Amino acid sequence: MTPELLEAGALRREAYEAKRNADESISQSGGQSASFARVVQPNVVDMSAGGILYVDEITVSFDGFRALNKLSLDIRVGELRCIIGPNGAGKTTMMDVITGKTKPDSGKAFFGSNIDLLRLRESEIAERGIGRKFQKPTVFEQLSVFENLELAAKTDRRVRRTMFAKLRPSELDQLHATLTLIHLEKDSARIAGNLSHGQKQWLEIGMLLMQNPKLLLLDEPVAGMTDEETERTAELFLSLEGKHSLVVVEHDMKFIGELLNGGQREKKKVVTVLHEGSVLAEGSLADVQSNERVIEVYLGR
Amino acid sequence: MSSISAIAIPIQRTSLFSNGVRRGLVASLVLLFAVVPFLPDFYVTLLGKIMCFAICALAMDLIWGYTGILSLGHGLFFALGGYAMGMYLMRQIGRDGVYKQDLPDFMVFLDWKELPWQWTGSEHFFWAMILVVAAPGLLAFVFGYFAFRSRIKGVYFSIITQAMTFAAMLLFFRNETGFGGNNGFTDFKRILDIPIATPSMRIALCVITGLVLIGFYLIARYIVQSKYGRVLQAIRDAESRVLFTGYNTLWYKLSIWTISAMMCGVAGALYVPQVGIINPGEMSPAASIEIAIWAAVGGRATLIGPILGAFFVNGAKSWFTVAFPEFWLYFLGALFIAVTLFLPQGIVGLIRKLANKRGQS
Amino acid sequence: MPVSLSCTGIARLLSNILVIILFSVIAQYNWALSADAVKAITTGENDDRIAALTKAMTSPDESLTRLIDALLDDAVKIADGRAFIVRDGKAIDAVSGIEVPLPSNAEDIINNNRVRGELDAAKAALSLLSTDRNVRAKAIIELKDAADEARLPLIDRAIAKESDAELKAKLQQLRAAMLVASTDKSKRLDAIAALASSGEPSVKSLLQERLQPSAESDPEVRAALVGAIKTIDGKLVWGERLGVIFSGASLGSILLLVALGLAITYGLMGVINMAHGELMMIGAYTTYFVQNLFRQYLPDAFDFYILAAIPVAFAVAALVGAALERTVIRWLYGRPLETLLATWGISLMLIQLVRSTFGAQNVPVENPSWLSGGVAVMANLTLPYNRIAIIGFAFFVLLLVYLLINKTRLGLFVRGVTQNRTMASCMGVNTARIDTYAFALGAGIAGLAGCALSQVGNVGPDLGQSYIVDSFMVVVLGGVGQLAGTVYAALGLGVLNKFLEGWTGAVLAKIFVLVFIVIFIQRRPQGIFALKGRSAEA
Repeated sequence: MTPELLEAGALRREAYEAKRNADESISQSGGQSASFARVVQPNVVDMSAGGILYVDEITVSFDGFRALNKLSLDIRVGELRCIIGPNGAGKTTMMDVITGKTKPDSGKAFFGSNIDLLRLRESEIAERGIGRKFQKPTVFEQLSVFENLELAAKTDRRVRRTMFAKLRPSELDQLHATLTLIHLEKDSARIAGNLSHGQKQWLEIGMLLMQNPKLLLLDEPVAGMTDEETERTAELFLSLEGKHSLVVVEHDMKFIGELLNGGQREKKKVVTVLHEGSVLAEGSLADVQSNERVIEVYLGR
Repeated sequence: MSSISAIAIPIQRTSLFSNGVRRGLVASLVLLFAVVPFLPDFYVTLLGKIMCFAICALAMDLIWGYTGILSLGHGLFFALGGYAMGMYLMRQIGRDGVYKQDLPDFMVFLDWKELPWQWTGSEHFFWAMILVVAAPGLLAFVFGYFAFRSRIKGVYFSIITQAMTFAAMLLFFRNETGFGGNNGFTDFKRILDIPIATPSMRIALCVITGLVLIGFYLIARYIVQSKYGRVLQAIRDAESRVLFTGYNTLWYKLSIWTISAMMCGVAGALYVPQVGIINPGEMSPAASIEIAIWAAVGGRATLIGPILGAFFVNGAKSWFTVAFPEFWLYFLGALFIAVTLFLPQGIVGLIRKLANKRGQS
Repeated sequence: MPVSLSCTGIARLLSNILVIILFSVIAQYNWALSADAVKAITTGENDDRIAALTKAMTSPDESLTRLIDALLDDAVKIADGRAFIVRDGKAIDAVSGIEVPLPSNAEDIINNNRVRGELDAAKAALSLLSTDRNVRAKAIIELKDAADEARLPLIDRAIAKESDAELKAKLQQLRAAMLVASTDKSKRLDAIAALASSGEPSVKSLLQERLQPSAESDPEVRAALVGAIKTIDGKLVWGERLGVIFSGASLGSILLLVALGLAITYGLMGVINMAHGELMMIGAYTTYFVQNLFRQYLPDAFDFYILAAIPVAFAVAALVGAALERTVIRWLYGRPLETLLATWGISLMLIQLVRSTFGAQNVPVENPSWLSGGVAVMANLTLPYNRIAIIGFAFFVLLLVYLLINKTRLGLFVRGVTQNRTMASCMGVNTARIDTYAFALGAGIAGLAGCALSQVGNVGPDLGQSYIVDSFMVVVLGGVGQLAGTVYAALGLGVLNKFLEGWTGAVLAKIFVLVFIVIFIQRRPQGIFALKGRSAEA
C-alpha cells in the first residue's frame, strides 16, 4: 500500500463519517458502527446494515382468502414500531410468518441481513433472537412463576443439556432482575395459572426478556390490563427501546399514544396501519391519523 | 432494576430422596425381601404381574401425565418387550417341547425347517435383554419421529397410536410373521437354564420386578424434577410458547416417548416369565387404553398415583373376575366415567383434597 | 296334467277330458320311444342304462320327457320288463302313455347319483327345445357343467330351432365346449377358437382342464388352448376389476355410514365418541329385535321388517345417544382426551349389557327375500342385492344429513353452536339442547349404520369394536368437520382396502392401509380437506 492510497482511504472514511453524522437515520444501527469489512457469522444476526427485520411482499392465503397480500415491512434496529389495523387486517398472520408458524405462499422475510426466516422452524427463529408474545397470555399454567422464567432463560436448549442442567448463578441474577422488572418478585413461588390476567401478561413479557431477544413481537400486550398496569407496561416498553427492537400490535389507541409520545426519540417513531393484508399507511401518529384512507377504514368508524 | 433484588427468592426443589420417598423406599424393600418370600404362590404371581402393570402406568404417566400426550398404543411396546423375552424363553425350552425338536413347537407344527431371520440370536440372554428395550424403543422412535415432526397432536395422535397397535396385532396374528400366530408363546420351561415354574423362581422374579419398579420410579422422579421434566410439563401446558421460547419440542417429545416405550418393553419382559404366556391379545386397543386408566385412576402428573392406580384397578380386576365375572366390565366402564367426571386428579388428588380439608379445619 | 273330478262345473270337466284325450292321441301318434328303448333305460346295469338314455336323446320326444321326469321323481315302477309311470295312484304305460292297471309285482327303480346326474343333464337338454325362453336359458346354464359330445345332435337341433340371438350364441359356445373333447383335431381347434370368444370362468376352467397333459397331447392344439385362455383372461380381468371396485364401494359405503355419524359427533362437535361402534351395535340388535317381532306377530309382512327396523334403529340409538350426552359427555366438552376415556368406559358397559341380555353369541338376522340374491352383470361378476341396497342407503343417509345440516334450522343452530358457542347462546339459541340434538343425531346415524350392517355381517356384541378403528381413520383422513372429506375418505379407503386385499390378503391389506394413513397424515395433518387459518387452531 502506498501512502497515497492510505491517504485516499482516510479521506474517504472522513467523508463517510461526515455523511453519517449528517444523516441520522444511518446512525440508528443499534450501537454498532458500520465497518468496511466484517465477518458474518452463521446463525448470528447481522444488523450492521441498520435493519433488523425485512418483510418483502409476503402473501399468505387460506382457502382462497388472502390473509396477507404483498405485505412489506422494514424495522430498523432499536426501533419501537406500532402496528394498528382493524380485525382481520392480518396482524396475527404477519407475526405467524415472522416467527415461522405459517409459511407464506410467496415473498421474503429476513432477520437482519443474513437470516432467512422462511427456512427456519419456530424454535430456531426464537433461538436466533426473535421473541413473541401471544394475543392470549400464554404461560405454563402448572409451573411456578420462577420456573416459567427459568425455562425461558437463554441457555443451551438441547435435550441432553436440559436433562442434566443446573441453574447457574448468572441465570439466577437475571431471574431476580426480571422478577423485579415485571413486579412479580413476591409471587415467584406461585403457580402461574393462579395469577391475574394482567399478571400473566407481565409474566409472559418477563419470559420474553429472559430470552434476551433482539426483536420482540408483542401481540396486544395490554389486553385485559387495568389502566395502571397499561401505564406501567408502556413505561417498560419505552425502557426497552433502543436495547431491543419492538413491534407492538395494539388496538388500544391510548396505549399507542403513550408509546409514541414517550421515550427519547418521539419524532422518529413510525406507526404502520394494516388493512386487508397489506400496508395502508405508514408514518407518524399525526400523519396517520390525518390520512383519509385510514380514517375511512379504521379510525373513522 | 438498579438494585438486584435483595429478596431471597425461594427455590423450592425437593431432592430426589426426600423424607417421604426414603420412607417409602425402605417400606417397599422390606415388603419385597421380607414379606414376598412367605406369600402363597398365587399372590406372588399376582403381585409380580401388577408391579409390571405399575411400570406401564408409570411410563404412561411420563408421556401422558407430564407431557400431555395420550398414547393408546403402549400395550404394543409392552407386548414387544414380552415377545423379545418370549423368544428367548422359547429357545430355552430346547428339545423339551411336545415335538422334541430344536425348533419351537409352533414352527414344527407349521412345518418350518429353520428359524426365521427375526429369531437370530434369540438363544442368547443378553441379546434378548437388548431386544427388550431396543425393539419398542426403535419402533417408538421411528413412529414418534414422523408423528411429532408433522405436529400430530392431541386426539389425532391418540387415534393414530391406536391404529398402530391394532395394525401390529393383526400382523402378529399371522403365522407368517413368525411369532406363533394367535397362540403366541407359552409352555416355557427355563430361564437362564433354571426351571421357571418353581416357587423360588417365582419369588425371585417378583423381587426383581419390584426392584425394577423402584428403579424406574427413581428415574422417573429424577426426570420430572430436572429442567428437562419442567420443559415436558411446559409442553403439556403451552407447547407453542415452548416452541417460541426456542426449544425444539420435537426432540423433547420424541425422547420421553421413546423412554416411556422402553420402560413398557421392560415391563413386558418381566411379565412374560411370570404369567407364562404372551400372545397378540396384549396388543389389542383395549389393553392399551386400560394402561391409561390405571394412570388416570391413580392420579396423573404424580408419580406414586399411577402405581397406586395399577394396584387398585388390577386388584379389583382379579377380585371381580373371581367373585362377579359378569360385573367386571360394568365396574371398569364405570371407573372410566367416574374418574374422568369426578376425579380428574385420581386417587392421589382425592387424598390431597381430603388432607387439605383436614388441615384447614 | 292333473285331473281333478272333484272340481265343479261341467265345462271344466269337459275341457279336462278333452285335454286328456287329445294328449293321449298325440302321445300315441308321436311315440318314437320303443318298448326296447324304455326297457334299456329303466333296467339293467347303470352303464347300459346311461348308454340307452344317450341313444334315446338323439331323437327326443314327449314320451322321453315324460319318462325322464318320472324317473327323476322316483315315480317309475317295473314289472316284467315293462315300465309304468305311477302318479296319484294311477299307472300309465311308459311306452304308450295309456293308463293301465299296475301289475302287483311292480318294483321301484333305484337310480344312483350317477344315473341321476345323467337324467338331470338329459332333462336340461330336452328343455333346450322348450318354447319358454327362460327355461331354455336355464337349460343352457345347467348343461354347461355337463358338456359331452354325445349330446351334440341335440344341441345342433336346438341351434337350428333357436330364434333368440343371445341364446343362439350361448348354444354355439356350449357346442364348442362339447367339441373341444372331440377326437377330431380340426374340430377341437375350431371349438377352441369358438370358446376363446367367451368371457366366462367356467369356460376358462374347462380349457385349463383340457390343458392337462393327459387330456391333450397335440402341441398345436395346446398352443391354441393357451392362446384361448389368455384371451378369456383378458375378458375376465374386467369383471374382476369391477368386482374389486364394487366390493370396495360396498365397504366404502359401510364406512361412510359409520363415519357419517362420527362426522357429526367428532367432526362438528369435537366429541371423540369411542362408543360409536356400540351405538351401531345397538342399531343392529334393534334390527334383530324388530325382525323377531315381525316373525312372531306379522309373519306375512316379514319381508318388510327392515323398513320398520330402520326408523326404530335410528330412534333407539338416538335415545341412547341423547342419554349419554345428558349424563356424561355434556360435562366433558373441550376435554377431548377425557371424553375419549369416558366414552370408552361407556362402550365397555354397553357391550356387557348386550352380552348379558342377548348372550355373547352372534344372533341371526335374515335378509328379507327381496334383498337376497343378486344381479349377474358379467359372467364372473354378481352384485348382491343387499350390498347394492346398502350403497344406495348410504348415499340416501348422506343426502339427508347434508340437507339437515345445511338447509334446516336445526342444522344452522348446530353449525352456529359448534363454531361459536357464546355467540350462539347470546342469540338465544339453547346451546345445551342443540348439543343433545346433534349428538343424538350422530348416534341415530350410527344406529342406521348398525341396521345396514346387520344385513351383510354378523350381529354380535363385538360388532362395534371391529369398525371403530376404521371409521376413526376415515374421519381423520377426511378432515374434521368436513362432510365431503368424510365421503371421499370412506369410499377411497374402502376401495383401497379391497384392492390391496386382492393383492396381498386381508390382514396385510389392513396393515398397509393403516400405514398409508399414518404416512398420509404426515403430509396433510389436517386431512384431505384441511381447514386453514384461524378456524384450524380451535
